[in-house]
Amino acid sequence: MGAATLYDKLWDEHVVRYQGDTALLYIDRQLIHEVTSPQAFEGLRIHGRKPRRPEANLAVPDHNVPTTLRAAGITDPVARLQVETLVRNCAEFGITLFGMDDPRQGIVHVIGPETGFTLPGTTMVCGDSHTSTHGAFGALAFGIGTSEVEHVLATRCLVQRKSRAMLVSVDGALGPGITAKDIVLAVIGEIGTAGGTGYVIEFGGEAIRSLSMEGRMTVCNMAIEAGARAGLIAVDEKTIEYVRGRPYAPKGELFEQAAAYWRTLRSDPGAAFDREVHLDAAAIKPQVTWGTSPEMVAPVDGRVPDPDQMLDRAKADGVRRALSYMGLAAGTPIAEIRPDKVFIGSCTNSRIEDLRAAAEVVRGRRVADSIRLAMVVPGSGPVKEQAEAEGLDRVFREAGFEWREPGCSMCLAMNADRLDPGERCASTSNRNFEGRQGYGGRTHLVSPAMAAAAAVAGHFVDVRDL
Amino acid sequence: MQPFSNFTGIVCPLDRSNVDTDAIIPKQFLKSIQRSGFGPNLFDEWRYLDTGEPGRDNSRRPLNREFVLNDPRYAGASILLTRANFGCGSSREHAPWALADYGFKVILAEGFADIFFNNCFENGILPIVLEAPVIDGLFARACGETALTIAVDLTGQTLTLGDGESIPFDVHPYRKHCLLLGLDEIGQTLQHGEAIAAYEERRRQQAPWLFA
Repeated sequence: MGAATLYDKLWDEHVVRYQGDTALLYIDRQLIHEVTSPQAFEGLRIHGRKPRRPEANLAVPDHNVPTTLRAAGITDPVARLQVETLVRNCAEFGITLFGMDDPRQGIVHVIGPETGFTLPGTTMVCGDSHTSTHGAFGALAFGIGTSEVEHVLATRCLVQRKSRAMLVSVDGALGPGITAKDIVLAVIGEIGTAGGTGYVIEFGGEAIRSLSMEGRMTVCNMAIEAGARAGLIAVDEKTIEYVRGRPYAPKGELFEQAAAYWRTLRSDPGAAFDREVHLDAAAIKPQVTWGTSPEMVAPVDGRVPDPDQMLDRAKADGVRRALSYMGLAAGTPIAEIRPDKVFIGSCTNSRIEDLRAAAEVVRGRRVADSIRLAMVVPGSGPVKEQAEAEGLDRVFREAGFEWREPGCSMCLAMNADRLDPGERCASTSNRNFEGRQGYGGRTHLVSPAMAAAAAVAGHFVDVRDL
Repeated sequence: MQPFSNFTGIVCPLDRSNVDTDAIIPKQFLKSIQRSGFGPNLFDEWRYLDTGEPGRDNSRRPLNREFVLNDPRYAGASILLTRANFGCGSSREHAPWALADYGFKVILAEGFADIFFNNCFENGILPIVLEAPVIDGLFARACGETALTIAVDLTGQTLTLGDGESIPFDVHPYRKHCLLLGLDEIGQTLQHGEAIAAYEERRRQQAPWLFA
């Protein structure tokens, strides 16, 4: 047998049977949330089907939950019904649920790794595109639609065609102050928002290996923004030590047995990829998006591009439309863009290291007067608790930030946290699409440290110069 | 799922790349626990001049006359023509639900985002990838004074234009089979129950920690 990629290994391990060029792929784990599951459970009921291995699922409400006054419940009756429906469905079908009052509640892609439900070498799905996050553990993890959620509940399988394999290698050491978010935004700027379509991307190279597990999650989280089916990072001792001792992780002898297998989860030397992309880590600067697609990104010392200088007419039209929506003139220096709001949170950047990095920047400083709202939304109950134990909540509050309850919040603005039309936001989330953070809202994607820096400066600024 | 039948329909040209699923159906409509009723809010932020909310009477809302879906030429369109990377972003199946509920059965594009592409087939929508020059040619004709109509033949995998020009297209044989018969894909997989059980047994030996 020839040298195999990590993707080959994960794929081969999970094929139940082939039919032509499609495989019936076994799915070890499924995460469930309130927005993309009600119709799947209803489908089971209509057909009189039961979940196969209900214990292989874990559910949590996150998209619709309020980040203020949790005890008051959800005031929006439509959203409340959706969360109540999740509670009822989990009770009826025997699925573990971290309810709104559970101290373990949080964003689905934060609680999976946090509880040890996410394990290396597994296949993992969720009705949510950012399921790619879990690829940081050497797991094959991808987002699916509601029909497929139902398919996995009923059969533990999905009909899949194998993707092509891409290696994105970030070579050399990162400069000081450069984060995982800057890496992944730079990658998307390089290959484009459809650059990964049809591929599973394995991230490698010294800069990726040097990242913490949380940094690796940030990178894999946004693999979907490059269009990839999944993101992957090889298992190493950091992976294994992160998983050790988590509530749902194997224990004792079983853990050692698992870890021995997990250590094999990396691409063999000489394994062939369908495409390889190399980035020089030392050249990556803090990144800020200026448009309405994550590929519309520039270094903080750069400028908004001028569509009149572009040869590709379709691309120039797209840039023109984006600048009009964003209310930006061509050629504007990124550092002159002034946000109205600052959002630190989301499945991309709401873990403890993200909050520490942001708190480090704001410590002893004040949110600029021009900022209408600066908020921190921890990714989960345990993240919030840890941050409070370290006094980070006080650092944020004293600087003028609001300190909220866990949830998806202003990443997609399904709850009350949203931008008003025309408002500009420095956001640590993953999508800058039109209307994503609220009708007419304007999103600039940045790292937690860069969001914090923009909050105190009142405009984008290189966090390394603060 | 209803079997996919050959049909002739009007083409609605949406001349944008990277249309994301947030644009196809904005987040506030995702609070529904139903699969139907999303059609009136398809492309809500582009289609109307105000902000839509679930439960509102959409017939009374001010229309954005500039938006192609509101152009009388394309009334009753069942084929959507668009550019590259259609359906990117969120995995929400509400996007194909909204497109199907509006009446779209076929989407022609230079490319589709992966999750959206799969979600289409689950809902009886046929997404067809065509080369950029072919898409350019279709846009030129679809934007004329009278709308372009196309006859879609999934069995023969061809599109026939009003003037008789024929364009072949690719579709995966399994997807085609399921669409034409309107098959319940879960039912198909459940037929392999023994193979799934055998896999689980083998896996339980190899990776017992996944079954603890």
